[in-house]
Formats: sequence, C-alpha cells, structure tokens
Amino acid sequence: MSATSAPPPRTAGRLGAVTSHTLFWPVVALVALLAANTIFRPSFLSVSVLNGHLFGSPIDILRNCAPLMLVALGMTLVIATRGIDLSVGAVVAIAGAVALSFIATAPEPEAIGTVLTAIGIALVLSLLLGVWNGFLVSVVGVQPIIATLILMTAGRGIAMLITQGQITTVTSAPFKTLGAGFWLGLPVATLVAFGVFGLVSFLTRRTALGMLVEAVGINPSASRLAGVQARTIVWTVFALAGLFSGLAGLILASNVMAADANNAGLFIELDAILAVVIGGTSLAGGKFSLSGTFVGVLIIATLTLTVTNLGISPLVTPLFKALVVAAVTLAQSPVVRRKLAERAVRRPSTSKAVA
Amino acid sequence: MSKNFRRVGAALFATLTATALVACSSEQAPSDAGSDGGDAAAATDTIVLGFSQVGAESGWRAANTKSIQDTLTAENGFELKFSDAQQKQENQIQAIRSYIQQGVDVIAFSPVVETGWDAVLQEAKAANIPVILTDRAVDSTDDTLYESFIGSDFVLEGQMAGEWAVEQYDGEGYKAVELQGTTGAAPMIDRQQGFADAIAGSDIEVIDSQTGNFTRTEGKQVMEGFLQKYDDIDLVFAHNDDMGLGAIEAIEAAGKVPGEDIKIITVDAVKDGMQALADGKINYIVECNPLLGPDLAEIAKKVIAGEEVPKRIVVKDEAFDQEAAKEALPDRQY
Repeated sequence: MSATSAPPPRTAGRLGAVTSHTLFWPVVALVALLAANTIFRPSFLSVSVLNGHLFGSPIDILRNCAPLMLVALGMTLVIATRGIDLSVGAVVAIAGAVALSFIATAPEPEAIGTVLTAIGIALVLSLLLGVWNGFLVSVVGVQPIIATLILMTAGRGIAMLITQGQITTVTSAPFKTLGAGFWLGLPVATLVAFGVFGLVSFLTRRTALGMLVEAVGINPSASRLAGVQARTIVWTVFALAGLFSGLAGLILASNVMAADANNAGLFIELDAILAVVIGGTSLAGGKFSLSGTFVGVLIIATLTLTVTNLGISPLVTPLFKALVVAAVTLAQSPVVRRKLAERAVRRPSTSKAVA
Repeated sequence: MSKNFRRVGAALFATLTATALVACSSEQAPSDAGSDGGDAAAATDTIVLGFSQVGAESGWRAANTKSIQDTLTAENGFELKFSDAQQKQENQIQAIRSYIQQGVDVIAFSPVVETGWDAVLQEAKAANIPVILTDRAVDSTDDTLYESFIGSDFVLEGQMAGEWAVEQYDGEGYKAVELQGTTGAAPMIDRQQGFADAIAGSDIEVIDSQTGNFTRTEGKQVMEGFLQKYDDIDLVFAHNDDMGLGAIEAIEAAGKVPGEDIKIITVDAVKDGMQALADGKINYIVECNPLLGPDLAEIAKKVIAGEEVPKRIVVKDEAFDQEAAKEALPDRQY
C-alpha cells in the first residue's frame, strides 16, 4: 500500500529489502516504545474485560488515537496533492461547539434523534468549511498554507462565539457513546475512525482515486492536460479533510462531554502533519502512504501514554517527545540511510548494527 | 478607466481620513477632559479606566471579564476601555501605551507573563497614571511601578486543599496522584507547593504527578495512564476543575466510583465543577474567585482620591464540600 522507496545503494538482500521499506523504521519505533513501556511495567500490554468491554493500556491508546487518526487521514490526502491544511484544529473545535450547543439547548438532550441531528449539523458544517478551504485553493488559487491559515485563525473565534466563551457541558448518554462507548467490547471511537480509514484506503487503492490524487500532487498542470480534473480532486480532498476533522471534533467532545473552544484540538494540525511525515509521505506532494500515516498516529498516541507510564517529568516531556520524533524521522531520511549504508559497505562487520 | 479608479480612490481616501480625524478628535475630547478633571474632582467625575485582559482562554477568564465589565459601568462612575490581549504580551504593552496616550485616569491589567513590564510601567508612571494589577503579579524589583495587586493567593489555595485532605484522610495511608496545570504557570507552581506543604507530616503520599495542561481531555488521558499504572490510587488532587472533570470520566471508565473509591480535590469552583461536587463525584473544591470587579472598582476610586491602598489585596477564596456545594449552587454566577 505504501509507496516504494528508491532501491538501496548496497547489495539488496532480503534483509535490505525489509529495512529499506518506508515503514520499517516507524514500525521499529512503535515496537520499541511498546517494549520500553512493557519493560517498565510488565502488565502494560495486558487487556482485561471490565463491565463487558475490553480494558487496558492498549485499548486506551486505540481510543485516544481515534481523533488524530481521522485528522491525519484527511491531512495525508491534502498533502498528497501538494497542499497542507492548518485549519483542522479549528474545525475540530467548531464541530464540538456546534454539536454540544445544539444538544445543550435541545428540549430532550438524551433523545437519539437530538444527538443524530446534532452530529448531522456538525458534520455538514465541517464539510462546508472544508469546501471553503478547497474553494480558496482550487478556484481562487490561494496558496494552501495561507488559505487554511484564514480558517485556522478565525475558527477558534467562531467556536468561541458559538459557546459564548464558556465550556459547554452536556449530559447525553447517546452522544457519550461516540467517544467513550463500547461496541462488541471495542471503543466506538476506534471502530468509527478505523472504519473511515479502511474505507478511504480501499477507495484510494482499489479505484483510480489514489492515482489521480498522486498525479495532481506530482504535477497539477500536466495532470490537467492529461485529462485529470485537478480542480475537483483538490477541492474534494480539502472537503474530506474538513469532514474528517469534524468527526474527530465530535469524538473529542464526546470523550469528555464538553466543548472547549480554546483547547479542543489545539495543535492537532501539527500532530497530524507529524504523523503524516513519520509515515513517509513527502510534504512535496505526489506519493502518499496511508498505512504509514496509520503507524505514525499510533506512535504519537503511544508516546503520549508513555510519558505518563514512565513517569517522565512534565518539565522534560516536550524534549522527550521531540527526541523520539527526531530519531524516527532521521532514521527514515534517505540521506542518513545512505550514509549508514555506505559505512556498512565499508565495514561489513557493523552491518548488523545498522540493520 | 484607471483614471476613474484613481479619482474614486482618492475621494475614498479623503473621506476615510476625514472620518478618522473626526473619530480621533471626538475620542480625544472626553478623555482629555477626564484627565484634566481627574486629579481635581475625581470623586464626582467619571473615572476613565483602561483594562487590558489576558484573553478569553477559559471559563474562569470569561467570568472574570464579565465581573469587570458589569462592575465598571457608567452608573458606578466609570468609563471602561476594555481590550483583549489574546495571550500576547506585545498586545498588552500596546494597549497600555494607547491608554497612556489617551490619558486615562487608571490603568488596570492582568499580566500575561510576569516579566518585561518595567519599560511600559515607567511610561505610565511618568504620565502620572496609576496602575493596578489584577489576578496575576509582575516580577519587578521596583514596586512603585504599580499601586496594588488584587488577586488570589495560589499557594494558599493549594494549602487549603492539602489541609482538608489531611483533616479527612490522615492515618489511612492514602496514595495520591496530582494532575498539574500548565508546566511553569504560576498557579501550577504555587498550588503544587501549597499542597505539598500542607500534607507534609501526614501519611498522605503523592505517588505521581503529571501535567494535564488545565484541560479536560488531557486530564482524562493522564488519569487513564495513572489508573493503568497504579491499582491503589485513593486521592486525586487536580490543579483545576476541568482536569478533575476529565479524571472523573477516566475513573468511571475504569469501573470505579469517583468520590467514593477515589476521592477528588480540585481548585477553581466553576459551575461544572460545583455541579460534580454536589453530585458527589468530587469531594472538595477550593475556590479561585474570578469576581475581581468590585475590588478593582473600590481600589481605583481610592487611588484617584489619593488614599493609601495596600500593595497586595488577597481576594477571599472560599472552599466547598459536598453539602456546601448543594447550598451554593443555585446562586453561583459562574
């Protein structure tokens, strides 16, 4: 599923083929993080059944990664067309604010109809915000970073207006299911996020959509001349990014049953871009790897829990996270890999350390 | 075509400048009058007060802003010029400079950060405009730069929380976890300090602490981690209500009963927190009072009248247990 990288400069054995795969280092990082946690606390990976659903750290990771999974999914598609979407965090905040304000003022907050309407309104609005971004980029021709910066700046203000500067809190069992509920023992949030992720993976790799997206990312003019509707493709990916961010916002709001216009999805755009980059998608557009993004999101979610689990002091948390991310991205970078490979060829005895 | 455009442009420009000039002069007039009359007949005249707020980052801040706007009204003898700094010091410095230029009678502000205020406060002093700090302090060696600092004592808040915990649970070997505020923020440092001081000597032990950045989502995530890591948590001390509310969600998801199996103490007393306290999910809340408006009005009037005011005014913070919360809840303003 992932894009293949350039053949390694050294003699490519079976081992070489594995280590040079784009996903090799991210997966190693994820396994290393999980191993470190398990060494520190052997019960880390254990999952038990509690009140009829699964319970344990791995389940927490899977549930907490759901919003980032959705946002990063949209971000991957946008980046694949050479774009970037900085407004995802703002859309997250708006979606939560709209849904919770609707439920809070509805006569029957516990009714399923109310909750479905709230979710519907929030998703339609998120889609429209995505369409707005897409319009600015594909029709007006504004640079994506500037176009989405507009909504990034204005979005939290809009969310604040909707919640009137307060943290809106509701009590509604059906809405809580989305972010904190379980179905067949698994978190609903995870099922929703993974479901959407699977659907998009299927659509991009089993139909021509993925190829068209990549074509637009590699060369918009050439692809247009070749008959690809570049404008529609760009517009679509921005709209999808908005829609997925809205869904992420609903899951986040439902998780704590509160819409916090200031803090919901704050800096999630950076985490999403990070997940995309860790997954091996180039910011220059063109090829993209959804499975890479998937692993990237899991790394970031695991990292968050690792900080608590290892008891890392809050003072050095940002540094710790930065070091892990730097290590993963460096290990992936073609330049570093070529350097290491050259050394390995010169001194074959060290090749094990490289592998 | 282009000539036409230029002519229209020029006309527009002229009109705009004219309006701007009119606007400026009309704005200038009353504030000039205000500062002229300010020293002489302040007691009867309207006091023009420029207030620079940190931003609108939390429910607490919204209540704080509302209190100031509702108190410093024309009926109470104030003309309030309010600006929102959106968490940026440079915006706040700009706002203060513009208040100095407008010649307001009093400047009040909640500093975004503690340092870097000396220059602009010197300007205010040179212009003979008294300055009052609210909510947060400035770190300056020269305390003649401001008249008074009105705000809560964060160390005391932590102490009150710790003292109650000791009173209730000492002797039972409680293991506590701490959900800290944003790393390095004054309330985080002081509340941690106060709590640690108060429980020193008791058998309550803080086994772990981690930042939840004052938000519900992160409070919940950190608490989830703690619950997986330790089986024997008895007490949570959260530096604000929001993180405590997040922790409640995590505790419930882990199949335990918040307020019973795991006791919770928080600081702030915003409405959602008080509701959870009344519902028995939180055990104790120390208030951090945002209603600074009345104190600010009183001090501003005294300063203008030339009376001595204390350098530090500690806002009275109450504390609530579950019974008190049920009584107080109907009349809560925020």
